[in-house]
Amino acid sequence: MASGVNPLAWWRGFLALPNDTPAKTFGVALLVALVCSLVVSVTAVSLQPLQEANRLAERASQLSGMMEFLGGGVPEARLVDLTSGAYAERDPGTQTELPAERDRAGLGSREDVATVFELRDGGALKLVVLPVRGSGYQSTLKGYLALAADLNTIAALTFYEQDETPGLGARIEDAAWQALWAGKQVADAAGDIRIEAVKSLGGGAAANVHQVDGISGATRTSNGVTNLLRFWLGPDGYGPYLDRLRGETAP
Amino acid sequence: MSDRRRTLIDPILVSNPVTLQVLGICSALAVTTSLSTALVMSAALIFVLTLSNVTISLIRNHIPRSIRLIVQITIIASLVIVVDQVLQAYMFAMSKRLSVFVGLIVTNCIVLGRAEGFAMKNPPGASLLDGIGNGIGYALILVVIGIVRELFGAGTLMGFAILPTVADGGWFTPLGLMALPPSAFFLLGLLVWAVRTIRPEQAEPAPDEQSGEGRR
Repeated sequence: MASGVNPLAWWRGFLALPNDTPAKTFGVALLVALVCSLVVSVTAVSLQPLQEANRLAERASQLSGMMEFLGGGVPEARLVDLTSGAYAERDPGTQTELPAERDRAGLGSREDVATVFELRDGGALKLVVLPVRGSGYQSTLKGYLALAADLNTIAALTFYEQDETPGLGARIEDAAWQALWAGKQVADAAGDIRIEAVKSLGGGAAANVHQVDGISGATRTSNGVTNLLRFWLGPDGYGPYLDRLRGETAP
Repeated sequence: MSDRRRTLIDPILVSNPVTLQVLGICSALAVTTSLSTALVMSAALIFVLTLSNVTISLIRNHIPRSIRLIVQITIIASLVIVVDQVLQAYMFAMSKRLSVFVGLIVTNCIVLGRAEGFAMKNPPGASLLDGIGNGIGYALILVVIGIVRELFGAGTLMGFAILPTVADGGWFTPLGLMALPPSAFFLLGLLVWAVRTIRPEQAEPAPDEQSGEGRR
């Protein structure tokens, strides 16, 4: 480094340093980190649009696959004001903070206007598909919940995005496990939301109409699913909207 | 045989990293359920192994001993992230099937083993050949196991039906075991046995105090 201002000479001087001097050690560590982070960032940033497009396509195919499974039909996307439950004209893109005690899905905040999908036959509602999401064990679980016309029977539940432990929590993507949810009742006669994934039914006890056998070894993922369903079906989620639909379908 | 050719060819058959050194078998078990996943995984590993070998060899004279493993792992991990990102962008369905196993190339003992054992002591040209050779050696085993598992586990190769299964009106009943990880263990065991029967010098001495520690 004695060679003064010439950067090339300075660089040669740096390379000529014995490897085990602190200056060289720090210098090499810094340079390697710098180059590697540059390579990783450039790759990640330049490929992000493509990856995002893949995720959107995956999401759309999940929804259309679910509709096909449920007997076909193209659902209509509607904007819903989650606070009032009324349809909205446009999405202002605003969020509402959730206080910790009401934030059982671990979201932090939720959007004020959400997109739901309704399948109607004539005027009568046949199916509602609600996008749901919430914290699992180590990632955010994102999926669709389809409710039958009575708005209390689950028609289907599917997850299109998650990053849980492969072989354990990631099994929420298994068709066999998702199929367990179909036909379950969300709330009991009193209107309390009872739907849950249970840890163990124990001793061969049969699951009741509100219960689904959770995934062994993935208790926190299973609890995450319970929590996100209860949140989104509850008063801070789609509750007001579902109440309004019930009023609409009631005789 | 010239030194250069030996560097390239030896690891493919003679000193295959999987059958002789029993390295990298974690992913060999996980991604060989079908030929296509085995091929993509092999390509990913060859890319990472070759580039990490060359990069580390290029700067080998300037890596301080005290931080050499950190430097090696940083370079390997960066390459693995690049591969993972590229797969997510261009082969999304495949990257979902491979799930964590692309990311786990970081911990594949073959990569760090070649970096520390070869690239740190040899010039970039030889390291390049060594990387390609070891990568192909690994790929060869993955592809053989992948072919056997997909053919007998599903009656297909690369998704095309080869053996008509009963479900499709044919005669072949798929072997469910082949779809499960233990079958890869059995096949790998048979393969090691076959290689060591042909080349008895590869057989290890009687296992007095040998342990399999640190091998994945």
